[in-house]
Amino acid sequence: MKPIFMTYTKKDLINLAVCMVLSVLIIPTFIKTEYWYTSILIPWLCLALATIGQQIVMGYTGQLALGAAGFMAAGAFAMFNLILRVPDLGFVGSLIVSGLIAAAFGILFGLPSLKVRGIYLMVATLASQFFIIWMIDKFGWFKNYDSSGIITAQDIVILGKPFTTPLAMYFVCLAVTTILTLLAMNMARGSTGRNWMAVRDMDIAAESMGVSLLRTKVQAFAISAFYCGVAGALFAFCYLKSLEPVAFDIKLSFKILFMCILGGLGTINGAFIGAAFILLFPVLLNAIGNNVFHGAIDATIISSIEQVIFGLLMIIFMIYEPLGMAKLWENLKQSIRSKLSSSGIKGIKSPVLKK
Amino acid sequence: MANELLFFMEVLVGGLLAGTMYSLVALGFVLIFKASATFNFSQGAMVFFSVLAFCGFMQDFNIPFVLAFILAAFLMVVVGLCTERLVLRPLMNASEDTVLMATIGLGYVLEGLAQAAWGVEVRRLDLGIGDFPVPWIADNLKLFISALDITAGLVAAIMIIGLFLLFKYTKIGLGLRAVADDAGAASSIGIPLKHIMLLVWSAAGVVALVAGMMWGARAGVQFALVDLALKALPVLIIGGFSSIPGAIIGGLIIGAVEKILEVYIGPFFGGAIEGWAPYVLAIFFLLYRPEGLFGEKIIRRV
Repeated sequence: MKPIFMTYTKKDLINLAVCMVLSVLIIPTFIKTEYWYTSILIPWLCLALATIGQQIVMGYTGQLALGAAGFMAAGAFAMFNLILRVPDLGFVGSLIVSGLIAAAFGILFGLPSLKVRGIYLMVATLASQFFIIWMIDKFGWFKNYDSSGIITAQDIVILGKPFTTPLAMYFVCLAVTTILTLLAMNMARGSTGRNWMAVRDMDIAAESMGVSLLRTKVQAFAISAFYCGVAGALFAFCYLKSLEPVAFDIKLSFKILFMCILGGLGTINGAFIGAAFILLFPVLLNAIGNNVFHGAIDATIISSIEQVIFGLLMIIFMIYEPLGMAKLWENLKQSIRSKLSSSGIKGIKSPVLKK
Repeated sequence: MANELLFFMEVLVGGLLAGTMYSLVALGFVLIFKASATFNFSQGAMVFFSVLAFCGFMQDFNIPFVLAFILAAFLMVVVGLCTERLVLRPLMNASEDTVLMATIGLGYVLEGLAQAAWGVEVRRLDLGIGDFPVPWIADNLKLFISALDITAGLVAAIMIIGLFLLFKYTKIGLGLRAVADDAGAASSIGIPLKHIMLLVWSAAGVVALVAGMMWGARAGVQFALVDLALKALPVLIIGGFSSIPGAIIGGLIIGAVEKILEVYIGPFFGGAIEGWAPYVLAIFFLLYRPEGLFGEKIIRRV
């Protein structure tokens, strides 16, 4: 039998331990303000999860897709209906099933990827974005015939215990994100991920080497949509605390695309870096606007400036570092390490050509 | 029965004419794709940027119509120049997908700049052409067709004929076609690549301005124009990315089909299916004819 989990190196385990200590012990002890949990940490985890989904299909499999928010909406509304109509399933069960429902949509709208690629595929995935939002909007059943348009999300109850405080919700998001991130890393390193990358680098060559394009691509779309679906459910239940189709419009899809690309295509940690950047940068800009200029700059202008900067960054990264911030981070570590080692070990010198 | 037929005709003609508006946006995409094999995702943002600047010149500075148009067109040339210098040239050897991502970024920059400069509120654009049925046609043919639709159709026709002649019979057009065919070979025989790119981006900018004026007169000049411009994507898929006639036919097909579906099938699903119908139509086209109606067949090698 093939081993399900890869063997981890010592470095991986240290990284995991550091992340866990930081997120489980240090953050809850030192951060007490609710604002940090409700407006930054929870959406960060949810969006990072969705970005991992986007990474799988775009960064690893190389398929240009632009419908992450549609799958998130599918997951969120599936969650709402499952808790409403099948209460026996419980929160975790509903979360998994809603992910699977999103995955079904992912398979359906991923099928065009077998025939087309690049911008053509992007248009095909846009269909999923618009179709899913329209479907939820037009059929009252999905919204339990609520006429107001905004539905309040149910409280999160796991094993009879309510998880309603920001800190508790943070832990729910953290647990789900951690498990799925580990799984994603596993897949990316294992044969699944190697197939994805083979398809990304040259699909015809991969096919001629015996990688099934049908299987690999559909698998990538399904898993990606699963991640987006779960992320959407968490996003609605832990962050928005309400469900409305408008929250999952094309703008969110673009946002996730930006997180994915600026963070670094084809990296899992890039998803977290990208999501943090896209989420924190507007907060920073607003803080500058309020504290430095004391509100002299209009809020709409600030959001326009934010858009300009995101666009500029996208162009700059495409020109100078198409692999994104994760690569910058990697380079930084590398240069620190080489500086340390060059000061520590004197014996080996790099060959220098003399004129 | 005759009434039903008349109603169908009205829906069809309305759809076809509305489709020319999509064609106008798609035309800008095609121009750039033809010359540089670059997919310019920011075309929608260029539509928004140019027409907002035009409105701003006219309404905030009281510049007369013609002068405002010239100024806005000049602005688009500047945008084209900056894009060529700062975005495209550094990405000369990058992969198609990388350039596509960069143009998404460019779109963001243009949208942000436009809103920072001219504000976010919806502006009304009055071209002096009403968006109501032309009385003469309504009386004589019993068809209710908007004057704006007819104008858009005429403008699209003029621009297409102009561009077609430019591509076919001028030296510039010959250069454009040579660059589109093989940029390296074209530059080695002395065709100035930079000038050609600048020209194409400027032309696409002016096309965007005209498309924006038509859309703006109908729906108001607002951010939603960017989303509307996304509908040019299915148009391109149906028509083919590198064909000017394809952009027109694709626009007409999308316009007609979405109106007919909306009127005859939409009520069964609670309406508003025109939001996704074009994309689904595009998927079906992709499955049977991925290169579009008039596109060149794509052959990929290992």
